[in-house]
Amino acid sequence: MDINEFIVNFADQFDDTPAENLTPETVFHDLDEYSSIIALSIIAMIDEEYGVALTGNEMKSAVTIQDLFNTVQAKVA
Amino acid sequence: MEYNPFALTGKTILVTGAAGGIGRATSVECARLGAKLILTDINEAGLVETLGLLEGEGHQYLVANLTSQEALDELVAALPQLDGFVSNAGVTKPTPVKFINKEDLERIMGINTFAPIYLTQRLLKKKKFNQNASLVFTVSVGGVYTTAPGNAMYGASKGALQVFVRNVALEGAPRIRCNSVNPGMVNTNLAGRSYSDEDKARDMETYPMKRYGEPRDVALAIVYLLSDASSWVTGHSLIIDGGKTLY
Repeated sequence: MDINEFIVNFADQFDDTPAENLTPETVFHDLDEYSSIIALSIIAMIDEEYGVALTGNEMKSAVTIQDLFNTVQAKVA
Repeated sequence: MEYNPFALTGKTILVTGAAGGIGRATSVECARLGAKLILTDINEAGLVETLGLLEGEGHQYLVANLTSQEALDELVAALPQLDGFVSNAGVTKPTPVKFINKEDLERIMGINTFAPIYLTQRLLKKKKFNQNASLVFTVSVGGVYTTAPGNAMYGASKGALQVFVRNVALEGAPRIRCNSVNPGMVNTNLAGRSYSDEDKARDMETYPMKRYGEPRDVALAIVYLLSDASSWVTGHSLIIDGGKTLY
Protein backbone atom coordinates (compact mmCIF):
# COMPACT_ATOMS: atom_id res chain seq x y z
CA MET A 1 0.00 0.00 0.00
CA ASP A 2 1.16 3.48 -0.86
CA ILE A 3 0.22 6.50 1.26
CA ASN A 4 0.16 8.88 -1.72
CA GLU A 5 -2.24 6.68 -3.63
CA PHE A 6 -4.32 6.31 -0.46
CA ILE A 7 -4.55 10.11 -0.15
CA VAL A 8 -5.70 10.39 -3.78
CA ASN A 9 -8.46 7.82 -3.09
CA PHE A 10 -9.30 9.55 0.17
CA ALA A 11 -9.50 12.98 -1.50
CA ASP A 12 -11.75 11.56 -4.18
CA GLN A 13 -14.56 11.27 -1.60
CA PHE A 14 -14.65 15.06 -1.20
CA ASP A 15 -16.10 17.54 -3.70
CA ASP A 16 -14.72 20.85 -2.40
CA THR A 17 -11.51 19.78 -0.67
CA PRO A 18 -8.58 19.69 -3.14
CA ALA A 19 -6.22 16.72 -2.85
CA GLU A 20 -3.25 19.08 -2.51
CA ASN A 21 -4.71 20.30 0.81
CA LEU A 22 -4.40 16.80 2.26
CA THR A 23 -1.23 15.34 3.77
CA PRO A 24 -0.59 12.29 5.96
CA GLU A 25 -0.75 14.67 8.96
CA THR A 26 -4.18 16.12 8.10
CA VAL A 27 -6.65 15.80 10.99
CA PHE A 28 -9.46 14.78 8.69
CA HIS A 29 -12.34 14.91 11.19
CA ASP A 30 -11.73 18.69 11.37
CA LEU A 31 -12.08 19.29 7.62
CA ASP A 32 -14.99 21.65 6.87
CA GLU A 33 -16.48 19.27 4.33
CA TYR A 34 -16.21 16.14 6.51
CA SER A 35 -19.64 14.64 7.25
CA SER A 36 -21.34 11.34 8.02
CA ILE A 37 -21.91 10.67 4.31
CA ILE A 38 -18.22 11.33 3.55
CA ALA A 39 -17.24 9.04 6.42
CA LEU A 40 -19.43 6.29 4.90
CA SER A 41 -17.91 7.01 1.47
CA ILE A 42 -14.40 6.61 2.86
CA ILE A 43 -15.42 3.30 4.49
CA ALA A 44 -16.94 2.16 1.17
CA MET A 45 -13.83 3.28 -0.78
CA ILE A 46 -11.56 1.33 1.59
CA ASP A 47 -13.79 -1.74 1.16
CA GLU A 48 -13.75 -1.39 -2.65
CA GLU A 49 -10.08 -0.46 -3.17
CA TYR A 50 -8.38 -2.42 -0.38
CA GLY A 51 -10.89 -5.15 0.51
CA VAL A 52 -10.93 -4.03 4.15
CA ALA A 53 -14.13 -3.66 6.18
CA LEU A 54 -13.54 -0.81 8.61
CA THR A 55 -15.70 -0.37 11.71
CA GLY A 56 -17.19 2.97 12.74
CA ASN A 57 -15.01 2.94 15.85
CA GLU A 58 -11.82 2.43 13.80
CA MET A 59 -12.82 5.36 11.59
CA LYS A 60 -13.48 7.50 14.66
CA SER A 61 -10.26 6.63 16.49
CA ALA A 62 -8.03 7.53 13.51
CA VAL A 63 -6.99 11.16 13.99
CA THR A 64 -4.86 11.76 10.90
CA ILE A 65 -4.97 10.30 7.40
CA GLN A 66 -1.74 8.47 8.28
CA ASP A 67 -3.52 6.86 11.27
CA LEU A 68 -6.30 5.66 8.98
CA PHE A 69 -3.77 4.39 6.44
CA ASN A 70 -1.99 2.44 9.21
CA THR A 71 -5.27 0.90 10.39
CA VAL A 72 -6.13 -0.22 6.86
CA GLN A 73 -2.62 -1.52 6.20
CA ALA A 74 -2.76 -3.60 9.38
CA LYS A 75 -5.99 -5.20 8.19
CA VAL A 76 -4.96 -5.94 4.60
CA ALA A 77 -4.69 -9.71 4.38
CA MET B 1 -58.70 -19.16 33.11
CA GLU B 2 -57.05 -15.77 33.09
CA TYR B 3 -58.38 -13.20 30.64
CA ASN B 4 -55.79 -12.52 27.92
CA PRO B 5 -56.95 -11.24 24.52
CA PHE B 6 -53.34 -11.46 23.28
CA ALA B 7 -53.03 -15.20 23.93
CA LEU B 8 -51.69 -17.30 21.05
CA THR B 9 -52.78 -20.65 22.46
CA GLY B 10 -53.17 -23.30 19.78
CA LYS B 11 -51.64 -21.19 17.01
CA THR B 12 -48.82 -22.51 14.83
CA ILE B 13 -46.47 -19.70 13.81
CA LEU B 14 -43.58 -19.60 11.33
CA VAL B 15 -40.81 -17.07 12.08
CA THR B 16 -38.02 -16.27 9.61
CA GLY B 17 -34.78 -14.74 10.82
CA ALA B 18 -35.36 -16.60 14.09
CA ALA B 19 -31.66 -17.09 14.93
CA GLY B 20 -31.35 -13.74 16.66
CA GLY B 21 -32.56 -10.19 17.21
CA ILE B 22 -36.25 -9.42 16.70
CA GLY B 23 -36.96 -12.91 15.30
CA ARG B 24 -35.63 -14.60 18.42
CA ALA B 25 -37.44 -12.24 20.82
CA THR B 26 -40.68 -12.73 18.87
CA SER B 27 -40.34 -16.52 19.03
CA VAL B 28 -39.74 -16.39 22.79
CA GLU B 29 -42.81 -14.19 23.43
CA CYS B 30 -45.05 -16.22 21.12
CA ALA B 31 -44.07 -19.45 22.90
CA ARG B 32 -44.77 -17.84 26.29
CA LEU B 33 -48.25 -16.97 25.04
CA GLY B 34 -48.97 -20.54 24.01
CA ALA B 35 -48.01 -20.74 20.32
CA LYS B 36 -46.22 -23.60 18.63
CA LEU B 37 -43.21 -22.20 16.76
CA ILE B 38 -41.48 -23.17 13.55
CA LEU B 39 -38.20 -21.30 13.42
CA THR B 40 -36.22 -20.76 10.27
CA ASP B 41 -32.95 -19.05 9.44
CA ILE B 42 -29.73 -19.79 7.58
CA ASN B 43 -27.80 -19.84 10.88
CA GLU B 44 -28.36 -23.24 12.54
CA ALA B 45 -26.39 -22.50 15.72
CA GLY B 46 -28.58 -19.45 16.33
CA LEU B 47 -31.74 -21.48 15.72
CA VAL B 48 -30.68 -24.12 18.25
CA GLU B 49 -30.07 -21.35 20.77
CA THR B 50 -33.49 -19.78 20.12
CA LEU B 51 -35.19 -23.19 20.36
CA GLY B 52 -33.60 -23.65 23.79
CA LEU B 53 -35.22 -20.42 24.99
CA LEU B 54 -38.77 -21.42 24.09
CA GLU B 55 -41.36 -22.35 26.71
CA GLY B 56 -43.67 -25.27 26.02
CA GLU B 57 -43.47 -28.29 23.73
CA GLY B 58 -43.70 -29.07 20.04
CA HIS B 59 -41.48 -26.34 18.61
CA GLN B 60 -39.10 -27.08 15.73
CA TYR B 61 -36.60 -25.43 13.46
CA LEU B 62 -35.83 -25.76 9.76
CA VAL B 63 -32.56 -24.40 8.37
CA ALA B 64 -33.17 -22.63 5.06
CA ASN B 65 -31.53 -20.17 2.71
CA LEU B 66 -34.58 -18.15 1.73
CA THR B 67 -32.84 -16.65 -1.31
CA SER B 68 -32.84 -20.07 -3.01
CA GLN B 69 -35.98 -21.03 -4.94
CA GLU B 70 -35.33 -24.73 -4.27
CA ALA B 71 -34.85 -24.10 -0.54
CA LEU B 72 -38.14 -22.18 -0.45
CA ASP B 73 -39.94 -25.09 -2.10
CA GLU B 74 -38.43 -27.55 0.40
CA LEU B 75 -39.27 -25.32 3.36
CA VAL B 76 -42.88 -24.85 2.33
CA ALA B 77 -43.31 -28.57 1.61
CA ALA B 78 -42.09 -29.35 5.14
CA LEU B 79 -44.49 -26.92 6.86
CA PRO B 80 -47.77 -27.77 8.61
CA GLN B 81 -50.83 -25.49 8.37
CA LEU B 82 -50.11 -22.02 9.82
CA ASP B 83 -52.04 -19.51 11.91
CA GLY B 84 -49.24 -16.99 11.88
CA PHE B 85 -46.24 -16.00 9.75
CA VAL B 86 -43.59 -13.53 10.87
CA SER B 87 -41.31 -12.48 8.03
CA ASN B 88 -38.41 -10.99 9.80
CA ALA B 89 -35.12 -11.93 8.12
CA GLY B 90 -33.23 -8.83 6.99
CA VAL B 91 -29.78 -7.42 6.27
CA THR B 92 -28.20 -4.07 5.53
CA LYS B 93 -24.91 -2.53 4.51
CA PRO B 94 -24.74 1.24 4.96
CA THR B 95 -23.37 2.52 1.65
CA PRO B 96 -23.56 5.90 -0.08
CA VAL B 97 -25.39 5.82 -3.41
CA LYS B 98 -22.24 6.28 -5.48
CA PHE B 99 -20.78 3.05 -4.01
CA ILE B 100 -23.85 0.88 -4.67
CA ASN B 101 -22.84 -2.26 -6.56
CA LYS B 102 -24.69 -5.23 -8.04
CA GLU B 103 -23.49 -7.74 -5.45
CA ASP B 104 -24.58 -5.72 -2.39
CA LEU B 105 -27.83 -4.50 -3.92
CA GLU B 106 -28.88 -7.96 -5.07
CA ARG B 107 -28.02 -9.45 -1.67
CA ILE B 108 -30.02 -6.82 0.25
CA MET B 109 -33.02 -6.87 -2.11
CA GLY B 110 -32.79 -10.68 -2.28
CA ILE B 111 -33.05 -11.18 1.49
CA ASN B 112 -35.21 -8.19 2.49
CA THR B 113 -37.63 -8.03 -0.42
CA PHE B 114 -37.59 -10.96 -2.85
CA ALA B 115 -37.36 -13.76 -0.25
CA PRO B 116 -40.45 -12.60 1.72
CA ILE B 117 -42.37 -12.11 -1.54
CA TYR B 118 -41.52 -15.56 -2.90
CA LEU B 119 -42.13 -17.22 0.46
CA THR B 120 -45.55 -15.56 0.84
CA GLN B 121 -46.44 -16.52 -2.72
CA ARG B 122 -45.65 -20.18 -2.04
CA LEU B 123 -47.43 -20.24 1.33
CA LEU B 124 -50.57 -18.93 -0.38
CA LYS B 125 -50.29 -21.18 -3.42
CA LYS B 126 -49.86 -24.25 -1.21
CA LYS B 127 -52.80 -23.13 0.98
CA LYS B 128 -50.72 -23.20 4.14
CA PHE B 129 -52.73 -20.54 5.96
CA ASN B 130 -55.68 -21.45 8.16
CA GLN B 131 -58.77 -19.21 8.23
CA ASN B 132 -58.00 -16.02 10.24
CA ALA B 133 -54.23 -16.46 9.92
CA SER B 134 -52.14 -13.34 10.51
CA LEU B 135 -49.07 -12.36 8.50
CA VAL B 136 -46.62 -9.86 10.00
CA PHE B 137 -43.65 -8.38 8.15
CA THR B 138 -40.80 -6.61 9.88
CA VAL B 139 -40.37 -3.56 7.67
CA SER B 140 -38.69 -0.48 9.18
CA VAL B 141 -39.21 3.23 9.55
CA GLY B 142 -36.12 3.46 7.33
CA GLY B 143 -37.03 3.90 3.68
CA VAL B 144 -40.73 4.15 4.44
CA TYR B 145 -40.81 7.09 6.87
CA THR B 146 -37.20 8.24 7.26
CA THR B 147 -34.04 8.63 5.22
CA ALA B 148 -30.47 8.49 6.47
CA PRO B 149 -27.06 8.77 4.80
CA GLY B 150 -26.01 5.42 3.37
CA ASN B 151 -29.49 3.91 3.70
CA ALA B 152 -30.59 3.89 0.04
CA MET B 153 -30.33 0.14 -0.62
CA TYR B 154 -31.94 -0.86 2.67
CA GLY B 155 -34.60 1.84 2.33
CA ALA B 156 -35.47 0.78 -1.20
CA SER B 157 -35.76 -2.86 -0.09
CA LYS B 158 -38.07 -1.97 2.81
CA GLY B 159 -40.13 0.51 0.80
CA ALA B 160 -40.86 -2.19 -1.75
CA LEU B 161 -41.72 -4.66 1.01
CA GLN B 162 -44.15 -2.17 2.56
CA VAL B 163 -46.07 -1.89 -0.71
CA PHE B 164 -46.16 -5.68 -0.95
CA VAL B 165 -47.64 -5.92 2.56
CA ARG B 166 -50.55 -3.66 1.62
CA ASN B 167 -51.27 -5.67 -1.49
CA VAL B 168 -51.26 -8.98 0.39
CA ALA B 169 -53.65 -7.42 2.93
CA LEU B 170 -56.06 -6.50 0.16
CA GLU B 171 -55.91 -9.80 -1.69
CA GLY B 172 -55.96 -11.85 1.52
CA ALA B 173 -59.06 -10.27 3.06
CA PRO B 174 -61.39 -11.40 4.50
CA ARG B 175 -59.71 -14.76 5.04
CA ILE B 176 -56.31 -13.68 6.35
CA ARG B 177 -54.77 -10.44 7.66
CA CYS B 178 -51.43 -8.89 6.76
CA ASN B 179 -49.65 -6.06 8.60
CA SER B 180 -46.18 -4.72 9.21
CA VAL B 181 -44.21 -3.49 12.17
CA ASN B 182 -41.93 -0.56 11.42
CA PRO B 183 -39.19 -0.30 14.01
CA GLY B 184 -36.68 2.48 14.45
CA MET B 185 -33.14 1.46 15.41
CA VAL B 186 -33.19 -1.66 17.58
CA ASN B 187 -30.26 -3.11 19.52
CA THR B 188 -29.49 -6.11 17.29
CA ASN B 189 -26.54 -7.07 15.10
CA LEU B 190 -28.29 -5.79 11.94
CA ALA B 191 -26.22 -2.65 11.36
CA GLY B 192 -23.04 -4.48 12.38
CA ARG B 193 -20.22 -2.22 13.36
CA SER B 194 -20.48 0.42 10.66
CA TYR B 195 -21.31 3.17 13.14
CA SER B 196 -19.02 4.25 15.99
CA ASP B 197 -20.21 4.28 19.61
CA GLU B 198 -20.03 8.08 19.50
CA ASP B 199 -22.23 8.23 16.39
CA LYS B 200 -24.73 5.87 18.02
CA ALA B 201 -24.89 7.96 21.20
CA ARG B 202 -25.52 11.09 19.12
CA ASP B 203 -28.16 9.30 17.03
CA MET B 204 -29.92 8.03 20.15
CA GLU B 205 -30.44 11.66 21.19
CA THR B 206 -32.65 12.11 18.11
CA TYR B 207 -35.14 9.64 19.64
CA PRO B 208 -37.62 11.42 21.97
CA MET B 209 -37.59 8.33 24.22
CA LYS B 210 -33.77 8.73 24.41
CA ARG B 211 -32.91 5.13 23.68
CA TYR B 212 -32.84 2.58 20.88
CA GLY B 213 -35.42 -0.18 20.93
CA GLU B 214 -34.93 -3.63 22.37
CA PRO B 215 -35.98 -6.69 20.33
CA ARG B 216 -38.76 -7.36 22.86
CA ASP B 217 -40.27 -3.90 22.24
CA VAL B 218 -40.92 -5.00 18.66
CA ALA B 219 -41.75 -8.62 19.53
CA LEU B 220 -44.71 -7.58 21.69
CA ALA B 221 -46.13 -5.46 18.87
CA ILE B 222 -45.81 -8.47 16.57
CA VAL B 223 -47.65 -10.53 19.20
CA TYR B 224 -50.52 -8.02 19.10
CA LEU B 225 -50.76 -8.31 15.30
CA LEU B 226 -50.64 -12.14 15.46
CA SER B 227 -53.28 -12.34 18.15
CA ASP B 228 -57.05 -12.19 17.73
CA ALA B 229 -56.90 -8.84 19.57
CA SER B 230 -56.09 -7.26 16.20
CA SER B 231 -58.72 -9.14 14.20
CA TRP B 232 -60.04 -5.95 12.53
CA VAL B 233 -56.54 -4.63 11.71
CA THR B 234 -55.15 -5.33 8.25
CA GLY B 235 -52.85 -3.44 5.89
CA HIS B 236 -51.55 -1.42 8.82
CA SER B 237 -47.96 -0.38 9.44
CA LEU B 238 -47.30 -0.13 13.15
CA ILE B 239 -44.48 2.31 13.91
CA ILE B 240 -42.41 1.38 16.97
CA ASP B 241 -39.64 3.93 17.12
CA GLY B 242 -39.42 5.68 20.46
CA GLY B 243 -40.96 8.72 18.80
CA LYS B 244 -38.24 9.08 16.14
CA THR B 245 -40.68 9.96 13.35
CA LEU B 246 -42.37 12.67 15.43
CA TYR B 247 -39.72 15.09 14.21
